[in-house]
Amino acid sequence: MRIIHTDEITKNIREMCIEANVSLSEDVKKRVLSAKEKEESALGKRVLEQLEENLAIAENEQIPICQDTGMAVVFLAVGQEVRIEGTAIEDAVNEGIRQGYRDGYLRKSVVSDPLLRENTKDNTPGIIHYSIVPGENIEIIVAPKGFGSENTSRILMLKPADGIEGVKQAVLETVKLAGPNACPPMIVGVGIGGDFEKCAILAKKALTRNLDTPSPFPHIRELEKELLEEINKTKIGPGGLGGKVTALGLNIETYPTHIAGLPVAINLCCHVNRHVKRVL
Amino acid sequence: MERKITLPITKEFVCNLNSGDYVYLTGTLYSARDAAHKRMIETLAAGGELPIPIKNQTIYYLGPTPAKEGQVIGSAGPTTSTRMDKYTPTLIELGITGMIGKGKRSEAVIDAMKKYHAVYFAAVGGAGAFLSKCIVKAEIAAYEDLGAEAIYKLEVKDFPVIVVIDDKGENLYNQEKISLSSK
Ligand code: SF4
Repeated sequence: MRIIHTDEITKNIREMCIEANVSLSEDVKKRVLSAKEKEESALGKRVLEQLEENLAIAENEQIPICQDTGMAVVFLAVGQEVRIEGTAIEDAVNEGIRQGYRDGYLRKSVVSDPLLRENTKDNTPGIIHYSIVPGENIEIIVAPKGFGSENTSRILMLKPADGIEGVKQAVLETVKLAGPNACPPMIVGVGIGGDFEKCAILAKKALTRNLDTPSPFPHIRELEKELLEEINKTKIGPGGLGGKVTALGLNIETYPTHIAGLPVAINLCCHVNRHVKRVL
Repeated sequence: MERKITLPITKEFVCNLNSGDYVYLTGTLYSARDAAHKRMIETLAAGGELPIPIKNQTIYYLGPTPAKEGQVIGSAGPTTSTRMDKYTPTLIELGITGMIGKGKRSEAVIDAMKKYHAVYFAAVGGAGAFLSKCIVKAEIAAYEDLGAEAIYKLEVKDFPVIVVIDDKGENLYNQEKISLSSK
């Protein structure tokens, strides 16, 4: 049995919110920086050059890559040998978000009621996904998500007969419908299987996976590769202004599902695909 | 075509701008996003006056991050214009000549742009840190209570944008015809 105090969680989440918003993970950064060589459109190249310069300014001056610093999505995988001491864990997470968004000069983009729409002024609450896992650590992923691309995401309850072709069509259609609104070049997270809510969480989780680590399942790995190629044939291009680079990466997560169903969720993200992972 | 222009721009000038032009903007403009648009339109509906001048002005769909000590403004890139579509035709009718954002516009907006002569520019989405360097002055002009959604009066210098939709209705986003396989 290991004891972890909630102050530790708060402190780490504060730092992770700031870190995620000023610098990208190496895998994502690498793809942004190498996109220029692949792009043939002159306008597309200029967009990519601006993004490159933008990343450098953000990292050097420690200012947010994008003004939409997102709603903070937090995945907490708590080892079952851990005993948590201190405050309620949810309060500890939200306190970390509050401090991070205040001290990092990040934008407060959360409203307390979806219809009354009053800004909470501290970017809380976050969206927290808990899981209980073996071991005596707590793994935290902080993934602030911008809503330009979030608004273009979709869930489709396909039927088994739709099969792999149905999945491909769903993904391509979502990307085409999003077009310039998702700030291409984008990163695509796909969840297949589970049920209505499970596939959505899988899609979000897929966005947090390293882009250089393909799916462990051969048929899914193939699908990831094929879909990325297909997306880049749409010619949406950087900024939606036409070109070859529409997506920088595509990850798929899967889960068993019901004999009658084939849920698919497509969570689109811009190149500002923020995610920081720490293990306490 | 690449060119430098000075804001504000008149209706007469708008017809010189063509879809696909790469433009550097210098001068004064105003920021406004969802909540500010909603309040402006509600104010008009209630017979009130707008808190900022509208004629010949350019509106930038922006909600910046807070400025750090010594900064003019925080990260300051465009937000999705589509969400403003419901309110935009009224503002175009009242005299705005320019809009800066990213993403698609509705038919109603494009019709108003053609009728009253307005231009839609896109800035690069996700380049907020870079774009903040082209803003030399920022002050809150109205609706301070809206926080990040307040209306700012901004002074920009060589702010890079692309003409996506011009007042002839030409739309750069449609150049590569995006066709859907179903629906
Ligand atoms: S979609 Fe991404 S890059 Fe575009 S404005 Fe939102 S967070 Fe920024």
